[in-house]
Formats: sequence, C-alpha cells, structure tokens
Amino acid sequence: MSETKLLVNGEPRTVSAPDDMPLLWVLRDLIGLTGTKFGCGIAQCGACTVHIDGHPVRSCRLPLSAVGGRAITTIEGVGKTDAGARVQKAWLDLEVVQCGYCQSGQIMSAAALLASTPNPDDSDINAAMAGNICRCGTYVRIRAAIKQAASGSKAGDA
Amino acid sequence: MKPSRRTFIKGTLAGGLVVAFHVPAYGVNEPGQAPDDTRNKFAPNAFIRIDHSGQTTLVMPQVEMGQGVYTSIAMILAEELDADLSKVVLQHAPANEKLYVNPGLGLQATGNSNSIRAFWLPLRKAAAATRAVLIQAAAQAWRVDAGTVRTDSGIAIHEASGRRLPYSALLNRAQTLAPPTEPVLKDPREFKVIGRPLKRFDTPNKVNGEVVYGIDAMLPGMKFAMFSACPVFGGKVARVDDAAAKAIPGVRQIVVLDDLVAVIGDHTWAAKTGLDALTIHWNFGPHAQLSSEEIWQQLRSESRKDGVVAKSTGDIAQGLARGERHSAEYEMPFLAHATMEPLNCTAHMRPDSCELWIGTQIMARVTQTVAKLTGLPEAKVLVHNHFLGGGFGRRLEPDMALTAVRIAQHVDGPVKVTWSREEDVQHDIYRPCYRDVVAGSLVDGKLAALKYKVCGSSVLARWAPPAFQNGIDGDSVDAAVDMPYGVADFHVEYQRVEPPGIPTGFWRGVGPNNNVFAIESFVDECARKLGKDPVAFRRAMLDKNLRMRAALDLVVEKSDWAKPLPARVGRGISLSPGFASFLATVVEAEVDASGEVNVRRVTAAIDTGIAINPDTIEAQLQGGFIFGITAALYGEITIRQGRVQQSNFHDYRMLRINETPIIEVHIIKSGEAPGGIGEAGTTAIVPALRNAIYAATGIPLRRMPIDRGALASRKNA
Repeated sequence: MSETKLLVNGEPRTVSAPDDMPLLWVLRDLIGLTGTKFGCGIAQCGACTVHIDGHPVRSCRLPLSAVGGRAITTIEGVGKTDAGARVQKAWLDLEVVQCGYCQSGQIMSAAALLASTPNPDDSDINAAMAGNICRCGTYVRIRAAIKQAASGSKAGDA
Repeated sequence: MKPSRRTFIKGTLAGGLVVAFHVPAYGVNEPGQAPDDTRNKFAPNAFIRIDHSGQTTLVMPQVEMGQGVYTSIAMILAEELDADLSKVVLQHAPANEKLYVNPGLGLQATGNSNSIRAFWLPLRKAAAATRAVLIQAAAQAWRVDAGTVRTDSGIAIHEASGRRLPYSALLNRAQTLAPPTEPVLKDPREFKVIGRPLKRFDTPNKVNGEVVYGIDAMLPGMKFAMFSACPVFGGKVARVDDAAAKAIPGVRQIVVLDDLVAVIGDHTWAAKTGLDALTIHWNFGPHAQLSSEEIWQQLRSESRKDGVVAKSTGDIAQGLARGERHSAEYEMPFLAHATMEPLNCTAHMRPDSCELWIGTQIMARVTQTVAKLTGLPEAKVLVHNHFLGGGFGRRLEPDMALTAVRIAQHVDGPVKVTWSREEDVQHDIYRPCYRDVVAGSLVDGKLAALKYKVCGSSVLARWAPPAFQNGIDGDSVDAAVDMPYGVADFHVEYQRVEPPGIPTGFWRGVGPNNNVFAIESFVDECARKLGKDPVAFRRAMLDKNLRMRAALDLVVEKSDWAKPLPARVGRGISLSPGFASFLATVVEAEVDASGEVNVRRVTAAIDTGIAINPDTIEAQLQGGFIFGITAALYGEITIRQGRVQQSNFHDYRMLRINETPIIEVHIIKSGEAPGGIGEAGTTAIVPALRNAIYAATGIPLRRMPIDRGALASRKNA
C-alpha cells in the first residue's frame, strides 16, 4: 500500500492503494468517478475503457503501478476533447443509447478512434469497436454515430 | 409509406417541439430520503405532481432499463395533460404495489413488454382527469362554461375573452375539485406528442458518466463486498480457510453464510483479492453429479407423454389422419441473461430498518421479500431504485437484494455487494431449456392440421403461482395459442418438466421465443416438403389475420425477397405474433464451407398499433434482433458435475459490432391500441435466421444454438 499520484481528467489526485489494484477500482471506489464501468474484469467487454495519454485501455486489467504520471481521461472528462465532444453529440443526435451501461466504454473507444483516424471506414470501426460489447444491441447506431461524428469533423475543418 | 428515421427527426425539428425533460441522474436515492414528496404540490393521482412554480413531476411506474419507457410514458402523460414540456421532470416511482401496480401483471413490475399496453389507458385517463379539473378550475375563476376553455402547454385559455392562466395558478382551486372518473380522452388525430420520434429524456446523462445505476451507489462509510456461492446449486459451505485472505490489506471481514462466503473490504479490489485467497470447502449436495445430458434425457423422455391441452379447435386426430404427414422436434437451450451491469445491491442493515440501493424490475417484491427475510415491517424497508444496466428478465428476481441483505446483516454500515461476472453467469436464473414436439398434415398445399406440444420448465408456476392454472403455463404457450395461421384442426399441449437443480426464469422474449422458433421452423419445413415458396405458403394461411398479412407483404417488398442470391446464401422469414404486435422478419445469411454463419441483413415490418415513439420502436427491434442473433449463434449454458461450465464473455459469447448485420425496420401506421416491442425482435429473429440457413444449405436445424459442425458437414444444398 503506497501513495500514488495520478492525473485524472487534468486534475492531480493522490490515492492510497495496492500497486496491483486495477485502475478501474481506483477510479470507482477510491476517487468516486463511477462513470467508468465494471463489466467482466478480464478485458473482454470494454465497459471499463479509459484513455491513457489518449490511447484506449481496459482499466479493469491495468494495474495502478503501470499508470505512472500519464494522463488518464475518463467518460467524465472526455467531453472536453474535440473527438469526445463530437462523439457524445453524435450519440445523442442518433439516439444510440439504450440501457447505457456499456456506453461509457463505447464512447471512449470511439473517441480514441476518431482522434487517431479522423475518417474511419467500416473496417476501422470494426477493429476499434469489436472489443466493446453492448447487450442492448446498439451496434447499428454506434456505427452510424461514429460516421456522423467523423463527418462533423470534416465540416469543422473546412 | 413510412417516413425514414431521418425525415422523422427533421420533422421534429421543423415542428419546433423542443423537449427538455429533466431526469435527475441520481434522483431520490439519498439515505433516508422520502421517495415521493408531495408537500406543496397538486398531486391528483399517483403519476402527476404540479408545484406552484409550474414544475410538473411525472412519476414513472415502470423502470427504465434501456427500453425507452421513461420517454414513452412521459409522452403519454404529457399528451393528455397538455403539459408545459419545458417544465417536466421525471421521478422514479417508490415501491407501492397499490399505486403503481402493473395492471397487466398484477404487481409492481416491469416485464413482458407490456408497459405501454398495460398503462396506455390508465395513464391517459389520469392525465386527462387532471387536465379536466384544471379546466374546471379556470372556468370557475373566469365564471365561464368549462366547454369554452382549452389548454395548451400548461396554460388554460379562454379564447373568447383572451384570458389565460398557467396551470400553476389554478392549483389551489383544482385541489378542491374531484377529478372525473371517466374523463374524455383526446382523439388520436389531436396528438401532438404521441407518434413523434422524440429524443429520449434519460440519454444525455448516459453519455457523460453522470447517470447512476445501482452499482454506482456511493455512501459515506460504505464497504465493498464480493462473494462466492456454492458452484453447485443447492450446495453448502463446509469449511473456510481464511488466514491468507485476512492478511490482505484492505480486507475487513469474512462473512460465512450457509451457501456462500463473502469478503468485505475497503474497496472492491480488496474484496476480490480476498475472495481469491480463500480456500472454501463445500458440501455440494444432491446435484453434485448433475449434467446437461441428464437434464436433456429427462426432458426428451418426459416429452413423449401427453401434455395438458391448452387449446384445441377442430378435430386433431382426424386432421392428422388426412394428407401428408410431417413431424419434428425442436429444442432450445438454457441461457444466461448477462446484463452488462453485473448484478449488485447495496444494503444498509440497521436494528430497526433496512435500506437498499438497487436497480430492479420488481421494487415492491424486493421490499416484501426483504421484509420477510429480516422480520422488519415493509414500511421499514426503504428501496432506492436506479436506472438498470439491462434487465432482460434477470432483474425480475429479488435474489441480488436478498444476497446483499444476508451479507449486510453481518456488517456494520452500508455494504455494496457486487457480483463478479463469473458469479453473474454461474448463478443466473436461466431461461429454461425446451423441447417442442410438432406434427402436421398437409392437404391441398396447406397446413390442414397442426399439433404442437411445449415441454419445459414453468417459470410462471414459481414466479406467479396463481397464474399457473390447471397445469398450464400461459406464458409457455402464449405465441402458440395465438399463432398467426388459419389451421382448421389445431391443438396445443403443455407439459411441465422441471430440471433438477437449475433455477429457471424469464428471459427477453419469454415463452414466445420457444413457440415461434418451433412453429416457424416447422412451417418452413412444410413449405419445402410441398415445394412451395415459404412466403407464398404462409400468406395463403393468413386470410383471417390481415394485420400479419400486411406486415408480411411489406417485408417481402422491402427485403428483395424474390431477388436471386449466390450459393450458400439464403433468406429466411418468420412471422411473430407475440406481445400483441405483428412482426414479419426476413434474414439474409451466408453459411461458409466451415459452417460459420454470417448474418448479412435483417429487414422487418411491424404493426405494433399506435406507435408512441417510432424511434424507440426501431431501436428496440434493432436491439431485440441482436439479442436473438447472439443466442442463435452462441447461446448455451451447459452443466457438468452440477456446475455451469460457462463463466464470462470469453466462453459465453456476445455478438459484437463486426458481426452485426444491416437492420431495416419498417413501421406500419396503425390506429390500433399499442402493442409490446421490447421482446418482439428477439422472438422473431431466431427462426428467421434458422430459416435463412435452411434456405442456404437445405439443412433443417432443429436445435439452438446453431451447430456449425452440422452446417459444415454438407457442402451443398
């Protein structure tokens, strides 16, 4: 058990936790950021996806000791990024969400995709999103919303 | 022609209807907070509260688990109330079986795709009666005839004099008036809200992490628990070695109950690592050697017996004696629910009360069962309900609350009990396995006689014993007795067969899943036997079911039914009559040489009566289809040595985005009462996919999930 300094959504945080504690539980149980979800605990469903320096990571399998000083972004903070805000807007415009439990992870994966691949095609979307399970079956709208968020970026750039 | 989703959205914007209903992310879940505060509010019934600022609170009798019911119910209430939509907030109903009973189920529950069917008239009447007293109050204030007062957006208006008063100014007077018991309802042609694809009111908080599910409850001083229940149903704890667990930092307490062991920690990780460090010795009990083979053997053997007659028209014995005979048996496996939010419940047990934070489909039953367990009066059990991270029938059971309370009885202060995914899959209450025995006779190119027998567990007999009458489980034969075709000699039987040691429960699509799979598979086989097109064969038997026939005609047109396909690609159709909706579905699927199935396209046409929110109907069908495709391709829970063999998403697979077909939904405009929609897609898609595979390969699968080995064994149709 040791004091660890973290940078979460731009804010410095200090937590006292075992080194092997997955970031998921640090965020949820110690910091109280419950938007990041527990789904499987074995990196199979993507509900716990956060960004580490902008890259999507399954926080249920990421030990605290492996995070270091890198920037953590969660669903609570992703709206401050350009890609995150566009994804959230597209999600609401196309009414993607049903129960919503997996959507934090879906949005984090989609925002990371758009940040790295501004105009993803279907295979890019499949590759980036196949790790995120949605039991309500919102996949059709997720695909459409990612495309809309991407086309929004083109309009914005023009 | 039905406008596309895009036109609907444009239409909404063009119409200028801005709806900003507020749904609190957290709601009324603060410790000890009264669930429904009506002080200083006009509260003419269980569903509507208006305060003096004009804020209108709509109380949601049904729970929101993704099906969009908060929006649909709010739309119905707002429509008949003529509410000021900018001042509407939504509130979860408290546990109160009297006020919030689901008229279709007889208890306070959300299930069976009946929220809209059951509440459509009661809510319209409640809102219309409220509007009537507000009109009467205005008429009294102005000394005019009530018939000359109209309402719009929360304002009473007297056209002739130009006088207007907001509802908020009429509350004191309205409070003294008795609402009419049979108020005049709006003519559907006057609907301004119902029928529009409004944005959902619960989703803005679901894209930014603010929404609070049961699993997100956080309380001062809360501890976190995980547990292991005996892997064999009915087994007990014999002995626990807990020295290693106790040495783990953050582990506070080990709670040993007769059938499970829980570790209480400062956070979930301490609880989990503590649990992993335990050595638990079990007495596995009577089901220690139970296997899937034994369960199927029992079911197949019992299925040879006669069942109880649920419906019989004509003369089935004579009918089956004529014409060409066809018979087949169909089987459906046990299934887990695997809601994305693993089961959980936070409980705070005090000497004289118990408080719970949970997401449940059955608030009142949770209260009742916890009261019974603890010996507390029901009034001392306070349940805070939350948004549900998926329900699908799993949250129609109170076991997550009971487990949490049993653990909390040994813990000082609130404790959040989270089920691991493994616990969630291995201690589910499973969709029953079924075996259906079907026989028919073919005369003059038609199905002249049909005998259908369902064999399987009765969920209803356990869940709602009074509903299980004369040996018949109405849910298990629901979509059989209402099957769409005109068959003169028609006979339905039900044979209850309970599997040993495996608890069974409702699962999205409930009884109709099994009925529609067997009947639609059988009908396809009959068509092929006669060399007829599956659509033409069905259509000829729909003379008396015009709503279904219209759905069939539309889906045939939209799915390019007659267009040729390459080898090993097929189209399959199903007609699903479940939940008072009329759904025709076409699946286009490809089967590769190794037996892998690629679901390429789904086209659906539905008559679900008056469509409250067409966008929700489309979403529910899309989601229901994917739920069903998942089951058809991957879903089976198997038992070995008394244990469920699957444990997590690596071996209990879910469909993923890369496997998702194109899905088109066409909604038929209808003036009929609304039907159910949440489960219809799941019921329809499995036989449609099965029939597509049949068309692609000529192989009549008789059992789910799809057996890729069987499909690979023959290369040509």
